Amino acid sequence: MDLFLQQTLAGLAIGGVYASVALAVVMIYQATDHFNFAQGEMAMFSTFVAWSLISYGLPYWVAFFLTVIISFAGGLAIERIIVRPVEKAPVLNQIIVFIGLLVIFNSVAGWIFEHTIKPFPSPFPEQPLFGNNYIGMHDTGVIGVTMIMLALVFVFVRHTPLGLAMRAAAQNPESAKLVGVRVGWMLAIGWGLAAAIGSVAGMMIAPVVFLEPNMMVGILLYGFAGALLGGVSSPGGAVIGGFMVGVLENLVGTYVPFVGNELKLTVALVLIVAVLLFKPAGLFGIVTVKRV
Amino acid sequence: MAIARETDAAAIKIGGASVSRTRLLVLVAVAVLACVLPFLVSDYRTFQFTLALIYAIALLGLNILTGYNGQFSLGHGAFYAVGAYTAAVLMDQFEVAYYWTIPAAGLACFIAGFLFGFPALRLEGLYLALATFALAIATPQILKYDALEHWTGGVQGIVILKPDPPFGLPLSQDQWLYFFTLGVLAILFLCGWNLLRGRTGRAMMAIRDNPIAASALGVNTGLYKTLTFGVSALYTGVAGALGAIVIQFVAPDSFNLFLSVTLLVGLVVGGIASIPGAIFGGVFIVFIPNVAEEISKAAPWAIYGVFLILFMYVMPTGIWGAIRQAYAWLVRQRAA
Repeated sequence: MDLFLQQTLAGLAIGGVYASVALAVVMIYQATDHFNFAQGEMAMFSTFVAWSLISYGLPYWVAFFLTVIISFAGGLAIERIIVRPVEKAPVLNQIIVFIGLLVIFNSVAGWIFEHTIKPFPSPFPEQPLFGNNYIGMHDTGVIGVTMIMLALVFVFVRHTPLGLAMRAAAQNPESAKLVGVRVGWMLAIGWGLAAAIGSVAGMMIAPVVFLEPNMMVGILLYGFAGALLGGVSSPGGAVIGGFMVGVLENLVGTYVPFVGNELKLTVALVLIVAVLLFKPAGLFGIVTVKRV
Repeated sequence: MAIARETDAAAIKIGGASVSRTRLLVLVAVAVLACVLPFLVSDYRTFQFTLALIYAIALLGLNILTGYNGQFSLGHGAFYAVGAYTAAVLMDQFEVAYYWTIPAAGLACFIAGFLFGFPALRLEGLYLALATFALAIATPQILKYDALEHWTGGVQGIVILKPDPPFGLPLSQDQWLYFFTLGVLAILFLCGWNLLRGRTGRAMMAIRDNPIAASALGVNTGLYKTLTFGVSALYTGVAGALGAIVIQFVAPDSFNLFLSVTLLVGLVVGGIASIPGAIFGGVFIVFIPNVAEEISKAAPWAIYGVFLILFMYVMPTGIWGAIRQAYAWLVRQRAA
């Protein structure tokens, strides 16, 4: 029972990271109908930015918020400069541009920061909360930070005029344009937000997996799995999906003997294919009907 | 191609297909050049050209799927890996001769591709890209899996021996492998060309352009799509087997996501939905990193990425598309 509880709580912590990545993926998907295959590498790059800021001697939380702002601006710039020219291009061309971005971020990070594995600090103290044996302080902190961030994003999207405009632009671009919403800029803000959310996910996971250019590849895959499981048409669902996938990954890794740690990515692959085949809309998504 | 046919009234018939004289001349010239090439350059360069040919085969496979049938795959590295491991395990464990591993790898990959094609049937564009992306990421882990270690050698991989030229031919090992690969490439390209120019090819392209109209016209979309996946995997798997023989080594980490991305780069640079484009793509992905590595170790990938995006902006039809446009322009100029 202790093991089960420990693994579930640890799963929730990593699930928070997956949930953030899933939310970032869904934000861009909702606005533009793309999966951003470069989401993970963007988050990895943001984490390297945070690492350099901390290395310059900035306190952790200053570096944290600076990184979030820089990532937001970076995401905005990428949409405006790189993604916008292929907005109307066929799907294949867009996927290729995203893969191009993935490769560029990965290699540039390797180029600037080198491929050596770097430790990344955790802002939370070593001792577990209230001296319990079930969950460490970093995991507790990760759950807390993701929860706060998700709440902020929810409030922003639901209860501010800008959030309303963003939702309008995503749901019905033509009508939104007619009532004066600048749809192009809304998409760019969506990219910025996704990059910012991704950067938080990167900074939260980096103390666990260590910082190196390939650290986000597996996490992005689980983020995708979470987004699909919850439903790519539902941001809330994607977040729940992310948490579920995190818990599932830990429990399967612990209790199913032939999986262990070695086939974790295969679990994600099977999950993605299974969801796409049997429940393409996900658990909380809206089933779309296409007219032909 | 239509333009070439119009200008050259004297078309030559080969096995029912008409080929213009210009194209035939170019083809013969390329074939002659390909045959003398290994005698002009060093063994190392020959080895690199062999690799370029191998990539060209894999790219033709990917092109049949993505270019002609409109199904995206970001995970063709996985089929390349299956081909490479089939060849390596057969040679290492069962002492099969290297030339027999080629059809075996092709068959294994055809089956693997056909089976992966079933779930792929239900996935449209973006989702298929996602599923194959996941496949590409998971591949190295599957290859390292404990239960298979007896055959695959786990993380260590498998080392195989380079074959000697047969019948006492006065060739070096690298030269022989070059000609061996060239022969396989010639056969596969001929088959691919034949497949795509006929009824099957038209059905595949019809599915790409409008699946609903294609099925209304009596094309069995499900069967064609899964078969195309199988054929595409077969090509890529044969390339994988050749790659294993030429490099003499297989290891899980060489079949990661970046291998699949490499194939995507070759596809885009050479030209989507073009057969000769595969050759240009193969040459590009072998030789450009060499040039780029002189700038920095990480530079080849950065340059790949930049090329991917730039080609989408300025030359979405790739090098072969640009050559055809230039040729069409020349013909127009001469006519005017």
